[in-house]
Amino acid sequence: IYIIFIENTPGRYKILDAYMSFVVMMGVIQFVYCFIIGKEPWATFLAGFISCVGSFVLVANLRIQSNPNNMKEFPKITPERSYADFFICSIILYLFVISFIG
Amino acid sequence: MAVSAVDFKSLKKSKDLLCIVILALIAILAFISRLLSVVRFESVIHEFDPWFNYRATQYLVNEGFYKFLTWFDQVSWYPLGRVVGGTLYPGIMITSGIIYKVLHFFNFNIDIRHICVFLGPVFSGLTSIATYLLTKEVCTRSAGLFAAAFVAIAPGYISRSVAGSYDNEAISIFLLMITFYFWVKSVKTGSSFWAACTALFYFYMVSAWGGYIFIINLIPLHVFALLLMGRYSQRLYVAYSTFYVLGTIGSMQIPFVGFQPATTAEHMGALGTFGLLQIVAFVHFCRSHLSSDSFKALLKRFLIVIFFVGVASFLTLQKLGIIDPWTGRLYSLFDTGYAKKHIPIIASVSEHQPTAWPSFFFDLHILVPIFPVGIYFAFKKLTDESVFIILYAFTASYFAGVMVRLMLTLTPIVCVAGGICMSYLLDNFLAVPKSKATVVKVEETEDIKEAASGTESAPESPASPASPKMANSPRMSKRKNEIRSNAKSTKKDDEPSVITVDVKFIVICSLSLVFFMYVLHCTWVTSNAYSSPSIVLASRNRDGSQRIIDDFREAYYWLRQNSPEDSKIMSWWDYGYQLAGMTNRTTLVDNNTWNNTHIATVGRMLASNEENAYVLLRKHDVDYALVMFGGAIGYSGDDINKFLWMIRITEGVYPDQVKEENFYNSRGEYRVDDSVSPTLRDSIMYKMSYYRFKDLYPNNQAFDRVRGTPVYSKPIQLSIMDEVYSSENLLVRIYKIKKPDNIGRSLQSAAKFNSGRRRKRNRKSRKSN
Repeated sequence: IYIIFIENTPGRYKILDAYMSFVVMMGVIQFVYCFIIGKEPWATFLAGFISCVGSFVLVANLRIQSNPNNMKEFPKITPERSYADFFICSIILYLFVISFIG
Repeated sequence: MAVSAVDFKSLKKSKDLLCIVILALIAILAFISRLLSVVRFESVIHEFDPWFNYRATQYLVNEGFYKFLTWFDQVSWYPLGRVVGGTLYPGIMITSGIIYKVLHFFNFNIDIRHICVFLGPVFSGLTSIATYLLTKEVCTRSAGLFAAAFVAIAPGYISRSVAGSYDNEAISIFLLMITFYFWVKSVKTGSSFWAACTALFYFYMVSAWGGYIFIINLIPLHVFALLLMGRYSQRLYVAYSTFYVLGTIGSMQIPFVGFQPATTAEHMGALGTFGLLQIVAFVHFCRSHLSSDSFKALLKRFLIVIFFVGVASFLTLQKLGIIDPWTGRLYSLFDTGYAKKHIPIIASVSEHQPTAWPSFFFDLHILVPIFPVGIYFAFKKLTDESVFIILYAFTASYFAGVMVRLMLTLTPIVCVAGGICMSYLLDNFLAVPKSKATVVKVEETEDIKEAASGTESAPESPASPASPKMANSPRMSKRKNEIRSNAKSTKKDDEPSVITVDVKFIVICSLSLVFFMYVLHCTWVTSNAYSSPSIVLASRNRDGSQRIIDDFREAYYWLRQNSPEDSKIMSWWDYGYQLAGMTNRTTLVDNNTWNNTHIATVGRMLASNEENAYVLLRKHDVDYALVMFGGAIGYSGDDINKFLWMIRITEGVYPDQVKEENFYNSRGEYRVDDSVSPTLRDSIMYKMSYYRFKDLYPNNQAFDRVRGTPVYSKPIQLSIMDEVYSSENLLVRIYKIKKPDNIGRSLQSAAKFNSGRRRKRNRKSRKSN
């Protein structure tokens, strides 16, 4: 699978995938840390973890929407539009996260 | 407009215009039909709960936002106090606070009370627009107009949003519909922007009403159903994952909700669906790279295993106590006998009873029969959106069957389904096979006529926009129309006399007649059943003139004027919000029933005899006690009728102090006449209600008009309190708690001493009182 994946994917998406795996790692590290130390500042943990999950999901959305193979499913959304959507959603997400981190 | 209707472009424009005009008329109608209570009585806040919302809004407007968020209210729950900022949904207060600020910015200086009173009607206008949008997404535009017209005047929704009913539901139905609209739109387009809009409105909904639980369970249910049906698409992934992440972190911002989305069982469905969707998406991704067919079978088994593992881990986590179980209020929706057995305070509220059939017809009229038809049509044309509508319809009708109060969430979907049904019917029966242009012209002129004839006809007028819809204005569908007319003509050849013009005409006539009846019914119900403020009671004299009984405000105002600022008032919790709002005095319990033990303590005061009650009253620093008594004028919602619930609630907490069977007489009946049980006769509640009641009637023939019996014939001795005020119709009775006796006797013996030795003087002083 891995080889097919490496061969078939354009460079742009590789960057996105690298970012996604980085975010997953961050989330795992936070989770393990929380598991070991304990969930004392519970809001802070949640904020950090949800921001990880959120940015993962949003990048995944961007990747799905801007993929030319998926043009049939998203007839109205151009890659530029999907990028703008990603931008707006990220802003909302980080605003919520910052206000929640307390 | 109609003259130049031959040109398709201008026709489209005029159709848009028509649509806007109709929607505007519907919104205005929705606003106007809710004003009956203001026109008839006055512009006041009605029920019990809105009084607290009103007080909180006043606080917000006067003190500012930050003080409001950190408000510690010392006036309620007297010895305890209440952290208001963390125990309420602040959406409605903030909404009206913002409206207040905006209006004042433009120098439109309006009192906050008027904003509070008129918030419900304004938002119901917006609700009909949101319903239009939702239905338009699911079905056609004509169905949207129908649904908007239905929801504008449906009594099931009017009952919660008349002018003066300043309750959370007033804005949250709008938020519910608009959230669903954005959700359906985001599933349709797969745009993360619409999903973010869904999440934002969901956030607003969370801040406004506890019913947000419904949204956060319905949307995952929709997603889950689509997964099961094999309708997974990447649009679904985009829409749901964006919504879930943004919506969850958003909902955690509300202090009252806090960490609940991460820890309680109500939110776990959403989390599970989110995880499942991630897995499905990943598998999908892998498959697109692998393209093997044997993968499929493996995949299905894998998913089922994952699902069961998820459920099992959820159950174990719940057992371990990491996830909180269902709250009682929600649990009672599934186990309908639960509340009555374990939490009588939930069962005691009349809104929490199961709904009877007549009330469905009363609240929805013809929408009840056409609701399943609309669902049938939704089934027939199964799209991602109509699956949502179907799920919403089924869940909401179940919940509305369990609880009267949830009729409110049923009403919008019934209107949507009704709109779908109607538009299908008219699509089929208004299609007159003539040459296109003339049809369009005729229909168009009719529409404009109807729309222009004023708000009266607005509810029917949506009947007509269905017609241009089928006449198919855009150039694109011109061909389709031809095909369809061809098909129709062939059909006619097959079965010649099934749908002739006169049959169509009859069907259309009967439908419009039904609509007309619907409008009449809604207006009638609104004016007769739902437009009465509960703080003034209206009755009619024999000559038809109106007599208003205003005892509540009379008594509250007396307290406000004649009692010390810091006095504490003991009453049953129903009146807590009104007392705090209108008298500005401290209460012991109120309608926010967060502390059951405290409520049971008040119930114990009211149910015990003088001696025990006095100890409790002194311990809680009570200065005044207040009871509602409807025996003199026949007001059935008084405290004697609620007394059994008080006893049940108290018995749940103090089973050794108060027993329900003691309050029934020897034959097991709950009576107030001579066969009254001695415990009931000795209770404070009985004494406070019937104290000196007999003096109103000649020769000891006191008659209780609510219970329909004569009352206990011996005089009632009340030694621990003095009657200080009874309102004009004896509806509200206020007693002042006596101070302890100067020379250390118990108050009973002091009273006995006084009455025994100087009966004459005592009586005289009572009379002068």
